[in-house]
Amino acid sequence: MTKAAPAAAHGSSHKTLIPLPVVYVVLGIMTLFFLIPMYMVVITAFKDPANINLATAWVPPTSPNWQGFAQAMQMFLPKFQNSLVLTISATLLSALLGSLNGYILSKWKFIGSDILFALMLFGMFIPYQSTLIPIFQTLKDLGLYGSIWGLVLVHVIYGIPITTLIFKNYYSEVPDELMEAAKIDGAGFFQAYRHIILPISIPGFVVVIIWQFTQVWNEFLFAVTLTNPDSQPITVALAQLAGGEAVKWNLPMAGSLLAALPTLLVYIFLGKYFIRGLLAGSVKG
Amino acid sequence: MANAKQPILKNTPTPKAASKKPLDADRIVAALLLIPSIILVGIFVYGFIGQTMYTSLTDWGQNPAQALALNPELKYIGFQNYADLFTGLLDSRFRQDLVSTLFFTLFFIVGSLGLGLVLAVMLDQNPKGESFFRTLFLFPMSLSFIVTGTIWRWLLQPEGGFNQLLGTKFQWLNSREQVFQFNWQDIPFYTALVVSLVFFWIAFQAFQNKKTNRLIVAAASGLVLLLWGIIFGRNAEWVYPIPETHGFNLAFIGIIIAAVWQMAGYTMALYLAGIRGVPEDLREAARVDGCTEIQIYQKVIFPLLTPITLSAIIILGHISLKIFDLVFAMAGADNATTDVPALLMYLTSFRSNQFAKGAAISMVLLVMVAAVIVPYLYTSLRKDRR
Repeated sequence: MTKAAPAAAHGSSHKTLIPLPVVYVVLGIMTLFFLIPMYMVVITAFKDPANINLATAWVPPTSPNWQGFAQAMQMFLPKFQNSLVLTISATLLSALLGSLNGYILSKWKFIGSDILFALMLFGMFIPYQSTLIPIFQTLKDLGLYGSIWGLVLVHVIYGIPITTLIFKNYYSEVPDELMEAAKIDGAGFFQAYRHIILPISIPGFVVVIIWQFTQVWNEFLFAVTLTNPDSQPITVALAQLAGGEAVKWNLPMAGSLLAALPTLLVYIFLGKYFIRGLLAGSVKG
Repeated sequence: MANAKQPILKNTPTPKAASKKPLDADRIVAALLLIPSIILVGIFVYGFIGQTMYTSLTDWGQNPAQALALNPELKYIGFQNYADLFTGLLDSRFRQDLVSTLFFTLFFIVGSLGLGLVLAVMLDQNPKGESFFRTLFLFPMSLSFIVTGTIWRWLLQPEGGFNQLLGTKFQWLNSREQVFQFNWQDIPFYTALVVSLVFFWIAFQAFQNKKTNRLIVAAASGLVLLLWGIIFGRNAEWVYPIPETHGFNLAFIGIIIAAVWQMAGYTMALYLAGIRGVPEDLREAARVDGCTEIQIYQKVIFPLLTPITLSAIIILGHISLKIFDLVFAMAGADNATTDVPALLMYLTSFRSNQFAKGAAISMVLLVMVAAVIVPYLYTSLRKDRR
């Protein structure tokens, strides 16, 4: 029927269940389904606000209108900066904490450490609504309500479970013999971390940083309840703009592009690690 | 086996225990460094859940003047808030939200699993450009639900994008139509039905394992419960005095499409990894035994995907029970036809300042999520240890 499938990656003569033309038709339809929203975003973002109406929603603009886009940029740039500060600080702090926790929980186990770890993990899955009211009060008491730093604190704390999990899984691949040997050579807790664990940690850090970056950047519930207009991240500003009725749609579409850009870039350039973080999120042993 | 990973610190007296002294100091350091995380998680997860639970048992917010006071006077009122949510005349919105979130979860999971499996099987046929397709189907996962919601809100405008494409006039996010309606007074019946089905399943397992006692107890319990449900569980006025119908709001269809758009790539990635993990030898052996390609999927590959399906259901399920941002961005916070408990909790607590009732809603949400997650964590960590 067709040329033998490239006998690459896996398996020799891979027989097909479904005729390839059918496969391509299905994949083609699915490609449309996945790309249509992106098409709409881009064409709408570059339209002249005066020309946006529902009847011609599908028609691309005759010439790209940068003015609406520039206006959206201006509107969203401060929020974009808030998001950057928030995401970078929270990500780095929780990666450091996770590395340390993962090191302890995989190489310095103690009685009950597995149970402790399980109790920690639960924090990853709870609906944050169930802790939101006390968080709100606590941040008020600490004087952190309405600032980015309150949000950083919350993200670092609720990042502990996942970052610990990823690093614990990662470090458990390090042979215990290596640790023993280091100990016999007189290396203590910090020396072993510094000379054995840290040098091989880079892929672990990449996975954790990408995961946390994406999570914190995309987060909304904490952001909408714990910030004031000055400290809003871009997700909150976007939701509020798009929720208004009178607004022209090129603004929220341009805002969507802006809000999507950082995580999209991470995904495009570091997709392998992104997927690894994704799979780590489903706890697998 | 397990000994190979023997934790260093449980040092049984081996020859190596000679260096015991410095090790102890290190152990203290390790413990000290872990303590901040333990305390923070302890407070922010368990402590705060406890505090929310307590709040849900008070009247905080019933008196608007007290709601935002610095030191509001709280009165303990027991389970009144919960009773109101499930049976109070004023809180039918919560009950509809509960039903909505269950229907949403069901369709979202079925949609994501189905589409993910189809995509994975397609990509397993080794089409050209496989990595392009994989990248394409996964990219929505990197987006915020807010971005996804904003985009789809535009596509699903009543006279906009999708309706034009399909030639329809469907009110995507505002339709008031409901299907699968049932009477809230029948809730005891449905609860009994579900629980008795679980009993019958246990009985069936016992039957297969030839455990007679367990079989009899489980089957009898299931039967009694079912009978009780049929006799007393329908039109139960002790639950709710007047008939009140709830069902699946068609306004959710658009949100389900957007959610599947975002998450189908995830199940595809899981399934593809699973399918590719099946050794070629196994396929080859099945071929030698005379299996057709379809039979290989039916008898070899799909059964091996069951554990993946199970964990995908749990991950997707807990996401969808908590869904908040997607609905917020797509339909707005105040759109009653697409309301869910996670959103209602936000509105109740932070718009109406009814903190106690909001806390009660969040506790219901927590119980639902925990029912899904705790067994999962338990089994997956136990497997890990073996």
